[in-house]
Amino acid sequence: MSLTFSLAHLMGGIILLCAFLQLSQRRLAAMVTLYQLEALVLAAAAFWQGYAQHEINLYLTGLITFALKAMLLPWGLREIVQRFNMVRAVETALPMAAAMILGLALIGIAVLVVLPVTMHAISLTREDLAIALSVVLLGLLLMIVRRNALAQIIGFLSMENGLVLAAIGMPGMPFVAEFSVALLVLLAFLVVGVFLLRIREHFDTLDISGLEDIERRGR
Amino acid sequence: MLGFAFAFIATVLHIVLCFVGAPLVTGIINKLRAWALGRRGPPLLQPYLHLARLLRKITLVPDTATDLFTFWPLGAFLALAVATMLIPGFTTGMLTADAGDYVTIIGLFALARSATMLGGLETGFGFGGAGAAREALFGIFAEGALLVLLLAFALLAQTTSVDGIATAFRTAHIGISVSLGFALAAMLAVALTETGRIPTDNPSGHLELGMVHEAMVLEYSGRLLALLDYGGMLRLLAWMNLIGTIFLPFGMAQATEIFSWPGGLALWAGKLLVMAVALSIFEVSRAKMRVFRVPEFLGAALLLGMLAGVFLFVAARIGA
Repeated sequence: MSLTFSLAHLMGGIILLCAFLQLSQRRLAAMVTLYQLEALVLAAAAFWQGYAQHEINLYLTGLITFALKAMLLPWGLREIVQRFNMVRAVETALPMAAAMILGLALIGIAVLVVLPVTMHAISLTREDLAIALSVVLLGLLLMIVRRNALAQIIGFLSMENGLVLAAIGMPGMPFVAEFSVALLVLLAFLVVGVFLLRIREHFDTLDISGLEDIERRGR
Repeated sequence: MLGFAFAFIATVLHIVLCFVGAPLVTGIINKLRAWALGRRGPPLLQPYLHLARLLRKITLVPDTATDLFTFWPLGAFLALAVATMLIPGFTTGMLTADAGDYVTIIGLFALARSATMLGGLETGFGFGGAGAAREALFGIFAEGALLVLLLAFALLAQTTSVDGIATAFRTAHIGISVSLGFALAAMLAVALTETGRIPTDNPSGHLELGMVHEAMVLEYSGRLLALLDYGGMLRLLAWMNLIGTIFLPFGMAQATEIFSWPGGLALWAGKLLVMAVALSIFEVSRAKMRVFRVPEFLGAALLLGMLAGVFLFVAARIGA
């Protein structure tokens, strides 16, 4: 087992751990911190892969990840948390334990799906792919089990981290695709930020149950 | 024959060092905690003085307690003492290596826990009952998590004895495995709960609503309390040894080779010191969580343990 693989694997594991722990946190501040740690490790993983694969593009990916996702977005998220005064625990749609058990099941599913599909690939890549898919699914789950709009954004961002993790592990991912994904995430974040302000103006809260109310009345 | 003699001496040395050094470890942690908070802190030898003072005091038995009241501290202490002897410290291959495995150690910790719980219930006093109920609630999750972790360790090391796990992790090229990372996180959560440290219980507080361990030993005094407190110190050292043995097995000595002992002893002291620093910094930077949040905390540990197992099955299927 080479050092290249061990380190990449370890970083993948830490990212998965962060994604999983986000499910167990009730406070937005803790979720943002976990997200920041996740992005930092992801940037480190990208640099490491760039060094291992001798790929200049991966350094760029790492740089973008570091500047955008590990610095700018957490700062913006914290700003929103402060401004909207959401330092206390947010509501969950599911009990915490049920959400975590679901998360575990999703990781199991990711593993079971990835393994047979990639039978002919190198074993090392497959496990990394399984981790990346798990992170994506956990991000989705996080978006489902939180009622708070900001928590859902964190889930979305965490999901995107999983995609990048999958991309840097595979040799030959075109840089243009990654770059556009990163830009898209930034744009989405800006749009959602404006959207949050609107929700806030209408309902005085970021709990999206108000939206569901309107939807029901509309039907 | 010579090897046996060396193993015997190593075992005796381990037991003596653990039993003599346990209060010192507690003293160091208390001192570091105080430093981290910007205080001067009690002297390092304070736990010894504390125990000596308790031994001089009169032992009172409440009128409502049964005859078994004096038995429970002894039972808890004996279980913890045996666990301390079984868990390797500075060396592998001690004589006690084959006497018990990981499951035995979990069982001994559980035995100590139930003896303390029964001691708390003995007087029929409100706080003791509340403390025992909480301890039982934590115990369900903590022991479940430990048993799930056994799956991961046994799959990796092909053995369930702690000594064998340490040897396998040190010699075989396990590498940096994701499962071990998960297992470490789970193990730390359980260890903090079991030893009654900050996120789940406050070791230094008599805050009535939040206390767990302190509530159970509230009615004990004199020698019985000394026994319980000393047992608590032994438990802390035993847990640090357990984590050090499984996750930081590098540089452990061989019991049969006397020349590897000094290095092993020095590294052991170093590992304990690092863990003490980490624990004290963690403790002063965290707040105690609400009692009913603890099952959630331990449930996360349980799931992390399962995750470790899941990834090992994956690795086994892939053959990586």
